[in-house]
Amino acid sequence: MLRRSILKAGAALAIATSFATGANAELNGPVNYIIPFGPGGESDISARLQQPFFKEKFGQDMIVSYQPGGGGAVGWASLNGLNGDGQTMMGVNLPHIIIKPAQKDVGFATENLNTFYMFHYTPDAIVVPASSPYQTLADFVAYAKANPAQVTMSGSGKASANHLAQIKFDKMAGIQTTYVPFKGTGASVTALLGNQVKAQWGYTTVGAAQGDAVRMLAVAMDERHPLFPDVPTFKELGYDMTGGAYRGIALPNTASAETTKMWSDMIAEINADPEFRQKMLDGGFAMLDVNSDEMADFMAARAEEYLNDARAAGLIE
Amino acid sequence: MELGHFLSAMTPFNIALALFGVIAGTIVGSIPGLTATMALAVLVPITFSMDPASALILLGAIYTGAIYGGAYAAILLNTPGTPSAIATTFDGYPMAKRGDGDLAVALACFASVFGGLVGAFALLLLAPPLSRVALAFGPIEYFWLSVFGLSLIASLSNGNLMKGLAGGAFGMILSTVGVAEISADIRLTFGSQVLIGGFGVVGALIGLYCIPVLIDLVAVPDRHLQVEDNVKSVRIGEAFRLAMRSKFNLIRSSIIGTLVGILPGAGGSVAGLVAYSEAKRTAKPHQRFGEGEPDGILATESANNATVGGGFIPTLVLGIPGTPPDAIVLGALLVQGVRTGPAMFTQSGSIVYTFIYGLLIATVLMLPAGLLIGRYAYKSIVTIPKAVLVPTVGFMTIIGTFSIRNSISDVIIMLCLGVFGWVVARFGFAASPIVLGLILGPIAEQGFVQGWIIGAATNNLVGMFFGRPISQAILAFTIITLILPVFLARKQHNSGMEAD
Repeated sequence: MLRRSILKAGAALAIATSFATGANAELNGPVNYIIPFGPGGESDISARLQQPFFKEKFGQDMIVSYQPGGGGAVGWASLNGLNGDGQTMMGVNLPHIIIKPAQKDVGFATENLNTFYMFHYTPDAIVVPASSPYQTLADFVAYAKANPAQVTMSGSGKASANHLAQIKFDKMAGIQTTYVPFKGTGASVTALLGNQVKAQWGYTTVGAAQGDAVRMLAVAMDERHPLFPDVPTFKELGYDMTGGAYRGIALPNTASAETTKMWSDMIAEINADPEFRQKMLDGGFAMLDVNSDEMADFMAARAEEYLNDARAAGLIE
Repeated sequence: MELGHFLSAMTPFNIALALFGVIAGTIVGSIPGLTATMALAVLVPITFSMDPASALILLGAIYTGAIYGGAYAAILLNTPGTPSAIATTFDGYPMAKRGDGDLAVALACFASVFGGLVGAFALLLLAPPLSRVALAFGPIEYFWLSVFGLSLIASLSNGNLMKGLAGGAFGMILSTVGVAEISADIRLTFGSQVLIGGFGVVGALIGLYCIPVLIDLVAVPDRHLQVEDNVKSVRIGEAFRLAMRSKFNLIRSSIIGTLVGILPGAGGSVAGLVAYSEAKRTAKPHQRFGEGEPDGILATESANNATVGGGFIPTLVLGIPGTPPDAIVLGALLVQGVRTGPAMFTQSGSIVYTFIYGLLIATVLMLPAGLLIGRYAYKSIVTIPKAVLVPTVGFMTIIGTFSIRNSISDVIIMLCLGVFGWVVARFGFAASPIVLGLILGPIAEQGFVQGWIIGAATNNLVGMFFGRPISQAILAFTIITLILPVFLARKQHNSGMEAD
């Protein structure tokens, strides 16, 4: 405890001196960007989109690697053991980093992760195949009401963003659907396209990737997604539902406050680039800017919502 | 599909990329622990400055090279360099042991090129219709496919059925350790953080196959591999003749590989095993599979390289990656601004076809490149003194396992599995059934759980599990695979009695 306060005092002193002299943290060579999942998912693709902009703006390479296992837990449990010099960072995902430690001991605690920026989210969406009889959300709800539990819906993982969305919407609409968890969005989309399930709890990114092969009935955003001007929001249709899976980046918690600030500013700069924003929107992502100063409030608000929903659904105790 | 795309693939730059990719891929694939996925992930940024077709050609060449490279370690060290090469160890290592390692490496090269070409031609000519195969496979089909895969244990364990099945069951139990893929439960970790990530397939491959070989190398005074005194400099001609004689095996295995490659949940390891057991099932009386039969290598290596072209079919047509390397390619395309998925063949046709021709060129270039690197790999493994070979390979196993996900837990698990594998091998338990259980366990579990949820929701559990035509066909194959060895053994037994 004493040692920690000495360290803290030292860190504060270091910051004070750096402000005084005007010196700042800086990058020394290539940066490791670890994705705690396998390739091809939303986390990987958004990191890949950041990669060239980072190189262009800050002159260093960003090396994306994968550390899958335990639904991200293997990576996050190892994060704080990595070097906090600002050359290594890791993607973080909501609701995963909040729900997982609440379920069981998975080797990390949400509050110990030094998350410094949340840069986008993939809004929840109900997706059906193009050939589906459900033309609108009203069709879907009407059928589900008349046939309790008969509407099977694929989604990525259990106690995940997709699963929480299903639980929440079922309650709001007074329906009962059957959630079928798959390994990642790719497998969940495959099941949808193969008509193994009737609908999918997916994201706007599914609509962007699959184009005419699928139809989104509604998206969980405050306003319509620019890529899908014809798809209504849940709000327009009377369901107060916004959100999805949020993605950000964390440094090991040994990183100094100035290194954290430097990274928060750099990711913010990439996020502000019009070309980057356009590429993200074209991929179906929705932009988000929560920097290191705003992170604590943001996390607290999300945690309260996720934990309440998960508790109500019996996913956690 | 016209000539124009072929010519745009034939630029010197693209050919150089294809050659570089194949060589780099072969080397990466030959080192256990370094996978195609890893090589692609590191090299993706280089492709950002290229045009999309060239980027794809480079990535595709690395991928196909890595799948071939996995055969080297399988043949020369009894350790599959990639999971796709598991079945290559069955006959490859016995061949190397008796001094035919160079022949085995050349056979693997011919088979890989043949399989790669079949897969790439399927991608070129039949991609849109074949992509429907990926969608026809639902959870239940994957469940039955993995049961079929497990039934192969019966045909793979010569006369040791019970031990094979016990190994398979053990592998399946190992696969449940850690955070469950779809239910997110944490199972069988006994509160340990080491086990939370579960038993990775690549780490298990290195542990179960390579460590016992290393222990044996230290324990016995013999040379690692037999070398004939009059080392024939070139056995390429002999390998070519053997491959030509087994063209039906090559064609059948390549088709199996292409079809299994299209299934997003299966992959090269399953393709190799299915092709191997088919080759074994239709073997001629004089062929001894498992004791260094060239047809075993031809079957596995053609099938696993055919999965490359096959895997690109759902990736490019549906936007659904067939394998992890495909997923990286998909990500690279997105950064390039190419919209994959259903619209790609129509909107970005020139990129797609230039890429497919590039993949064909890379596959052809794999022939000279592969034969050369293969000869070099063989010579170095054979001539290196044991005192150098063992520490070098031992070092590689640890680095390779660690680099999968920078986890020291994986290294500990790998070493423990290695010692365990060596001990149980004394009692006649082989590594392959365990690894088979580890690979197929999660596929079976997920398919079963998903199928059960869907079947229960629609009040049609029986129809779900037994009523679907593809499931019924796989089930029939499974029953044949299980009954045939018993039937044959009885017949042989009876004819033996009559002779008495």
